[in-house]
Amino acid sequence: MKRFSAIIMRDLRLAFRAGGGTWPSLVFFALIILDFALAIGPDIRLLSRIGAPLLWGSALFGVLVSIDRIFQADLEDGSLEILIATSEFLALTVLAKAIAHWLSVGLPLTLAAGALGLLVGLEGAAFGPLVVSLAIGTPALSLVAVLGAAVTASLKRAGVLASLLVAPFYTPVVIFGAQIANSGPGSGDTSLPALLILAAFTLFMLIIVPIAAAFALRFGQN
Amino acid sequence: MFDLANPEKFFALSRRLIPVMAALAVILFAAGLWYGLVASPADYQQGDSVRIMYVHVPAAWMALFCYTMMAVSSAAGFIWKHPLADISAKAAAPVGLVFTGLALGTGMIWGKPIWNTWWAWDARLTSVLVLFFLYAGYLALWEAIEDKARAAKLCAIMCIIGFINVPIIKFSVDWWYSLHQPASVFRAGGPSIDPSMLTPLFLMALAYQFLFFALLLIAIRNEWMRRRIARLERLEMRVMSELVAP
Repeated sequence: MKRFSAIIMRDLRLAFRAGGGTWPSLVFFALIILDFALAIGPDIRLLSRIGAPLLWGSALFGVLVSIDRIFQADLEDGSLEILIATSEFLALTVLAKAIAHWLSVGLPLTLAAGALGLLVGLEGAAFGPLVVSLAIGTPALSLVAVLGAAVTASLKRAGVLASLLVAPFYTPVVIFGAQIANSGPGSGDTSLPALLILAAFTLFMLIIVPIAAAFALRFGQN
Repeated sequence: MFDLANPEKFFALSRRLIPVMAALAVILFAAGLWYGLVASPADYQQGDSVRIMYVHVPAAWMALFCYTMMAVSSAAGFIWKHPLADISAKAAAPVGLVFTGLALGTGMIWGKPIWNTWWAWDARLTSVLVLFFLYAGYLALWEAIEDKARAAKLCAIMCIIGFINVPIIKFSVDWWYSLHQPASVFRAGGPSIDPSMLTPLFLMALAYQFLFFALLLIAIRNEWMRRRIARLERLEMRVMSELVAP
């Protein structure tokens, strides 16, 4: 347990400091929103209508650009080898990495989406569903990102490849996440089923990703 | 199946099987296409464009079948370390990619006269597109890793995890409200398609199946040869370097 929290604390410290993973993801997220707003035009009513799905899609990009940081630095300074060699249950170590990734990327993106919602003129009632859907969906995004990073950990410059591998798995998360985010009190439909399915997907990933990623890390070693 | 772990036995068997499978595929294609394009009736609503079904639907079935086979092969390679398992998973991937692309392409051609649109973001179309990307990612990962033994294991993980997408495709029709017609062949209470259309459909499905197995066996043999050549080249390099600098 001490080891578990030590890995999380170490990753968080690395992520928040200069050169860490949090800021690039957040800035990229904001830039994508800016680009979309520029491309769509300054029609705030249109932006407000498509704001929630727009934020969802852009948050996804924020996660994708963070993938190659998950194991890359650890691989380069040799700490990955030590982590693998000394782990009694490698899956737990992977889980710690995933939790750290969510705390340092998923959670900041969720909070930033609330702030960026102001820029696209999101209605007051839409903020709640947006933040809740991201809070439930981003853990799944982080977990799948860790899997992609683990599979490509032995490769040099695998950033694009990892995104390519991971993005298809994001479909259910985006579908149900955006559905929840779109179902503000005004739209009349209930988002509870979508919420439950999204939560189920996140929990499912919570079980299988650490195990699969642990296998991938061991196989990638030699 | 475990007997075939011996590559010599597999080679001897596949050498005899490939021509048989290929011949069956040709005969079934001829029969299925004749039946589908000439002998079967046009649909009372869709007219002659319903005949695209005989190319489209089996391709979509094969897209799913092929990925299922890859996942089973990957699991077999994982559990029993069967030497041909990971090769067969890899060999099936490009074939599956083409079947998936064919299903998407013919679906678009069919969609234009019937739905009056090339593409609809409906559940099943979207999930087949995702399947296409799964195939592409799998192949890209395989190409990116030099050491093929390592590539086999890592690709197997991705394939098995991706396999959870296949049931999502199959049942997406029921999960989401969709433009696509509900399942009409494999359903409780028997098929709802008329037998005059079902016959060419199944002929074509069998033709695709035999074509797939013929291509798969050829691809497995090629991959095996490719690895053997790579091994021999490495050996040659070593011998040469020893000759130059004893």
